[in-house]
Parts: sequence; C-alpha cells; structure tokens
Amino acid sequence: MLHTISLSIGLAALWWLLSGYTIPLILAFGAGSVALVVYIAHRMDVVDHEGHPIQVTWRWLTYLPWLGKEIVMANIDVVKAVLSPKGRVHTSVLRTKATQKTELGHVIYANSITLTPGTVTLAVEDGVMIVHALTRGAADGLKSGEMDRRCTAVEGAPGEDR
Amino acid sequence: MALPIDPIIFDILTWLFILPGAVLLIIGGIGMITMPDVFARMHPAGVIDTLGCELILVGLMFQAGLSIVTIKLALILAFIFFTSPTATHALARACLNSGVTPKVDEEKSAALSRGGRP
Repeated sequence: MLHTISLSIGLAALWWLLSGYTIPLILAFGAGSVALVVYIAHRMDVVDHEGHPIQVTWRWLTYLPWLGKEIVMANIDVVKAVLSPKGRVHTSVLRTKATQKTELGHVIYANSITLTPGTVTLAVEDGVMIVHALTRGAADGLKSGEMDRRCTAVEGAPGEDR
Repeated sequence: MALPIDPIIFDILTWLFILPGAVLLIIGGIGMITMPDVFARMHPAGVIDTLGCELILVGLMFQAGLSIVTIKLALILAFIFFTSPTATHALARACLNSGVTPKVDEEKSAALSRGGRP
C-alpha cells in the first residue's frame, strides 16, 4: 500500500512538473492517467520493494555524494588514459565479490561500477561480479572493496526491505 | 523568474560548466576511436555519459533559471544517470554473447575462461 501511495505521488509530481497546467479539466485528465498507470503497474505486479524501492531512498541519497566524487575521479583517470595511452591503458578482466544479499543490492552495486568510467560490469554470477577495467588504477580502486561496502550499507539489513 | 542577482553571474557559471563539458565530450570521442577494442571503447563513452553530459546540462540549467525548463533538465539528468549504465551493460553483454572476448593486457586475469557466459 505504501508503495502504491508513493508511486502515485511520484507520478503525479512528474506529470505536473512536466506539464505545469493548473486548469481543473486538464488536472483531472492528469489524475486519470496517473490512476491508469498505477492500475497497469499493479496488474504487472511491479509495485513492490524491488520495482519501487522506497526503503533505500534515504540511505541512497547519502551514498550519492560519495558516488559523485568517485565518478569525477574516475573521469579524470580515463581522460588521462585517453590523452596518453602509453603505459596507462592496462585492460584487465577481474572478479570481485559482491556482498549484497538482495538482487536490488546487486543492481545498485553493478550499476555503480558501470557508472564510474574505467570499469564496466560484464556479468554477475553467484555474488561475483565480472568487471572489465581500463586502467590499473580503476582495477585497484575496485579491489579495495569500498564501493562494495557502501552499496551493502545502502541496501540495509535484510528483512528491513519490505 | 528574475532573481536579484546580476545575470552575468549565470552566464559566467554557464561557461564554467559547458566548456569543460564540451572538452570532455571531445576527449571521449577521441577515446572511442583510439582505444584498442570494443570493451576498452566503452570507458571513454562512459566519460561522455557521466561527467560530460552532466556538466553541459548543469550549465544549461543556469541559463534557464528558476523555471520549469530547469526541472525538465534535472529530470533528463536523472534519467541519463540511471539508464546509461544499463545501456553500457547491455552492450557489453551483447558483445560477450556474440563471442567477442575482451583483449586483456594481463595473462592471469583469465576470468572469462568459460567464454564469459554465466
């Protein structure tokens, strides 16, 4: 129920911010479209802790600044590699352990890896990520496991996510 | 909406964001051509996807001011933030599934000995 309310509020806010109308008739059409989308989402059975993960929102927002900093650092690393490839480009494929318990946690971690330039997640199997890294620095940064630790923290304790 | 600040400040801020963004787009484009194989080329494309386009969008927000356009730009930024890693990952998987294996500079990293398929 909480997910349905949250999804409705989110869709209504999106509709209104994108249209900017205040005419009652148009607003009613907007409310109708939101209701239709929520109904379809219910029929598709995607309005749950996984399809609409409101339980991680606040922890995820505290994770964002750190991820932003990592993205900037990784960008600088890749730009250096592009401008002087000699000795910097050192492609490797590595396996790194993902300590997250849920699939949502794995998605957050895998997307974070791919979002930072220099590392791309190729596959996930049994809690192990197969990652392609462009430089030594990118590979070492991943091996340190800090991103994994932070993503596990975003995911929170299991059982709390419902 | 007019703010009680000299608009030249926003023009300067726009330049400060759009110029580095444009430079990053060019560097990303160069990287996509010069990198050794398809997997390595995804990383410069990541530079374009993340910092390059975000800097340009933030620069545009300073031009739009406090209006509905800024909100739309912020939404574009958020959607690119969420969808670009998914697209990159889909591309990488498509390459692996069609039998392209990454060229690696390191012998012992034979993590893809099983052809990369889980």
